[in-house]
Formats: sequence, structure tokens, C-alpha cells
Amino acid sequence: MTAPVLSLKDACVRYGDLTAVEGVSIDLHGGETLGLVGESGCGKSSVARAISGLNPLSSGTMMVQQEDVAVKLRTDRRFLADRVQLLFQDPVASLSPRLTVGALLAEPLKIRKIFNADTWAAAIALLQDMGLGEQFLSRYPHQLSGGQARRVALARVLTAKPRIIVADEPTAGLDVSIQGDMLNLLRALRDRLGLSYLFISHNLNVVGRVTERVAIMYLGQIVETGKTGLLFRDPAHPYTKALLSSNLTIDPQRRRERVILKGELPSPRNPPSGCRFHQRCPLARDICAVRQPRLETQADGRMVACHFPLSGGSEAMAG
Amino acid sequence: MTPSLLSIRNLDVSYPTSRGHARILIGVDLDIARGTSVGLVGESGSGKSTLALALLGLLPENAEIDAQDAMFDSCPDALSPATAQRLRGSDIAMIFQDPMTALNPLFTIGTHLVDIQRRKFPHASQADLWARGERMLVRVGVSDAGNRMRRYPHEFSGGMRQRVVIAMALLVEPKLLIADEPTTALDATIEAQVVDILRDLRSELSAALLVVSHSFGLIAELCDTVIVMYAGTIVETGPVNVVLHDPRHPYAQALLACEIEPLSSIEAAEPLVTIPGTVPDPANRPVGCVFAARCPARHDRCIEPPPLVSQGQGRSFSCWLGVSL
Repeated sequence: MTAPVLSLKDACVRYGDLTAVEGVSIDLHGGETLGLVGESGCGKSSVARAISGLNPLSSGTMMVQQEDVAVKLRTDRRFLADRVQLLFQDPVASLSPRLTVGALLAEPLKIRKIFNADTWAAAIALLQDMGLGEQFLSRYPHQLSGGQARRVALARVLTAKPRIIVADEPTAGLDVSIQGDMLNLLRALRDRLGLSYLFISHNLNVVGRVTERVAIMYLGQIVETGKTGLLFRDPAHPYTKALLSSNLTIDPQRRRERVILKGELPSPRNPPSGCRFHQRCPLARDICAVRQPRLETQADGRMVACHFPLSGGSEAMAG
Repeated sequence: MTPSLLSIRNLDVSYPTSRGHARILIGVDLDIARGTSVGLVGESGSGKSTLALALLGLLPENAEIDAQDAMFDSCPDALSPATAQRLRGSDIAMIFQDPMTALNPLFTIGTHLVDIQRRKFPHASQADLWARGERMLVRVGVSDAGNRMRRYPHEFSGGMRQRVVIAMALLVEPKLLIADEPTTALDATIEAQVVDILRDLRSELSAALLVVSHSFGLIAELCDTVIVMYAGTIVETGPVNVVLHDPRHPYAQALLACEIEPLSSIEAAEPLVTIPGTVPDPANRPVGCVFAARCPARHDRCIEPPPLVSQGQGRSFSCWLGVSL
């Protein structure tokens, strides 16, 4: 196994007295799409911002291409930005309404002081690759559809020639007939340019379809991680199981037995004792309120943080 | 056959623009029987929200609304501004999409729940209305309701606020409850809770339900009948289990094919299905079938408006393919 292109170890992100991310470790390999899944407030966006350099890590280390990012940044300010780029969730909001598509595309080249005839031609070729011809160069963001705005944002990100793209909800708000286009494009670009994606989404059907591995977050921690097929077919953590079962499907025969969780997500400002999920877990026992489970590797290679992981998904979970 | 609660024939909605009339709804027929649940599904620009807002009389003033027939509960002319206003909030209630903006931040939850009842029950005492509000809050699964009545919206999470919005809609005992994307703004596990509540309430209530959503999953979960809309027209309608498992209109087929099936397609290598092309400009619509430009089964007759074909099991769809040649 080759070394990961990105490796996060025991990462914590704190905002004042709020710990949004606690002890998260992630390895992203070359050419891979890793899904990061969880509900509002679970810390997935904080992880995305930390990896793309928008939020410093409060503690823990981040390695990119086997170099310690904190160390490299001391001598090379562009170290992270040249390798990791964030594709923002709201593409229209991430494009300045005062700039044309052409100006928006030239901006990252000018910032890097590499704007010349060759790089500009390459940028235009990139845009054409995405199905946006030269007539789009003079348009403003408000003249673009949601799908087109996303392509422009993606072209901007790619002009930096990153190795890793953090895609934050890349299909949120797109109609299903367009969503497939965006996902097909992302996959084609990954395979052609050898990119790796950290793919953040709350849409489990999409994550199941486009990721090789997945990490499930709950209240700032990873509760289960491993091969997507393994986790989605046979979730071992009761939260993963509940999350997957809440996915609405059109086919009642394929519907999982629904696990309706009680209550709301607790506040990360004041996380529960022991296992953070114990108050909502239908299988919680006494120890769960006291001792925090560690993320441990299972026989099938996945990692689960649970005192009583479900084996083979056969355990009955009464909702 | 249950008696019809709402019956609309040939509804057109358009807006004057500098480029001519933008036609948002064209010839829409809508029937809702008492106590049934109808799902309205379509992508952005399909006109599903316009249809829901027309029923509530909430379209902008420059909207030109024209219907051959609009009967609500033996009340003719249900879409006229005066009638729609009278029905709104008493016989027709709405659950809005975004619970964050549907509540007034300056008023307590109790005030919201009391005020909504005043039109329907003008002679009831404040204490009675308060008690009804509190009981309804319990019924939609809000614990500690007595205390929560005195709280403000910002003290509630998204899921809790959506329960309050549902409670408000139910308190007026409407004959028709319209839910516009009622769970889109919620997290997955909270969405499951709210869907569960809506399904429970359905079996207890006499109200008919109109669910407007882009999600086939939600419609399959909550509805008996589904209406598939495209570019302001109804392309297919019928029982949920018939249409969702065996769609006949090429657009309904294409849209369902775009849905990513959970489990069956994990790690599948082939590209995802899409519908090439774009929705026609409402100010410049094609003469024949609106879907023809994107339709894989397009043929010569599609330049003429397609007929409505009725088939068994209560299904009908609007396509030349249904006509045996």
C-alpha cells in the first residue's frame, strides 16, 4: 500500500470553548474518493476547512504528500494551497457577482503570478472540457444555472493544479437530472488528473455511489470508517445503521427497517459523557454512559467506536 | 369513489414579461379526494410550487390565473383572491419548507399556536386556545410542552421548529393540508422523525394532504397518488405504487432512472444517468410536447400536443406513445 496523499492524525478544531472536531484521523490515498458523512454540527465542515487551510488545527498533525503541513508552511506559504483546494458548497455565492466568468477564471492564475498565454489557453480548455464554451467567458454568475456555476467553480479550483479536492456538498440543491452530470464529471476528472477527493455530503445515496471509503461522524468524532460497500451493507455502529435506515427510498421492498432515533443531536458545547451517542442509542447499556469507546479495527478491516458493535448487521434493533 | 374535496380543471398561470407571456402552468387538472394524500413531484421550474401557492391564493399580484373550473368543498371559484383568502388558514393550511423562517422570532411558540386559531375559532377563550395549542404540541412529539409554549423560536432546533409549524397547520383543522418540501431543510435522522409524525397524523386526521417535493422517496413514504410535473404540465399521474414502479411517460421514466438506488448501486462503475438538455423557456414554449426536445423516444408526431392517455389502475399520462397506431 502506498503512503496516503493526505493524512490527518488526532486532529482537533476548537472555537473558544467549543470543540467541533475531536481526535479525528483520516487517511486519503491517491486517486481515491473518501466520503465524509454526518448531520449538521457533526464537524464535517470544520474538518474540510482545516484540511484546506481555512481553519488552523487546534491540535494534531496534518501530512500532505508525507510532509508535515505546519512545518512546510513556515517556509512555503503556498504549500497547502498548491496541493489542496476546497470546492465550496454554494457555487453561486463563491463566485463574485461583479466578475465575469473569464475574470473569475483568470484570478487564481494572476494570484499565483502564472498568468500567461499558455496557462490561459489551458484554463479555457479546462472550461471547454466541462461543456462551457468561450461564449461563457463574458457572462456573469447570475447568468449561469446552478450546474454551470458549479462547473466554473470547479474550473477555478483546477487551475491551481491541486492533488486533493475537498468537495463540500458538490450536488446539494441540484436537480437529480443534473446531479448525475456533475458526479460523472468529477469522476472523469479524478481518473484523468489523478486527483483524490474528500467528498462531504449528507446524501447517502450519492455517497454510496461515488466513494470507495467512507467515514461517519457524530458530534465531532468518527464513529465508523471503512469500505463504503461494507459499511452501507452491514453497518456496525448503531448510529451508522440509524442514519442509513432514515434514507427515504422509493421502493418499499428495499427499505431498511427504520430506526427512528429519539431526541436531537446534543450540543457539541456540552457533549454527553462516555459514548457521545449513548442517549439516543437504542442499544446503549450502562457502560456506554461512562466509558468512551475507542475507534478499533474489526476483523473485516473497518474501524468502529462502539462498545457493542453490531456484527453482520443481524442484531435486531427495535426502533 | 370518495367525494372530491378539490377539483380543478384546465388551470393556466402566466406572468407578463418583456418577452411575452411566461406560461408557468398550462392546462393543469388536479383532483384531491377527501382524506387522501397526493404527491406533486417535479424538478425546479416544473411549476409544482406555483400550483401549491395558487391554491393558497399566494401568487404575486401580476400572476394571471385562469381555470375552467375550480371547486373546493362545494365552493366554486376557489382560486379567486377573495375565496382563496377566506379558505387560507381555515380550510386550507400550509406547512412551509423552511422552519427557520416560518416562525416570527419576536413571539413565543405559544403565541404562534394561539394566534393561528383565532380565525377559525373567533369565540374561543385565550385559555382554551392555549390548552389546545399545548395538546397539539404534545401530539407532534414535543416533550415538556407546557414549558416550551413560553419559549421563543431561536430556542428550538430545526426539527422542533418544524414540529411547531406542523402543529400550527393542524390546529386550524384544515380540510386540505399542503406541505411544501416539509423535510428538505432537516437532517436525515430528524427527517425520519418528522416523516414518521406526518404518517401517524395522516391515519388519525380527516384532512387531505398535498405533498409538494422533488423527492420520490418522500412521496412514496406519505402519498397514495402521485402527480409528475414537467415544465408546467402534468405528464403522468396515478397511484404511487403503479407510477413509481412502472412509469409510462418518458420524462417520468428518465427522472426515476436518475434516482440513485441505495445498496444496489454501491461502487457501480458505469456513469450515472442524466437527462440531457434543459427545461424550455416558459416565455417560448414548443408547440407540441414540452419534453420532446429531451425525449429519447421522440418521433414525428411529437410536434403536435400529445393526448392524455388513460390506462388501467387509475393511471393517465400525456404522450403519443400511449396511442396505439
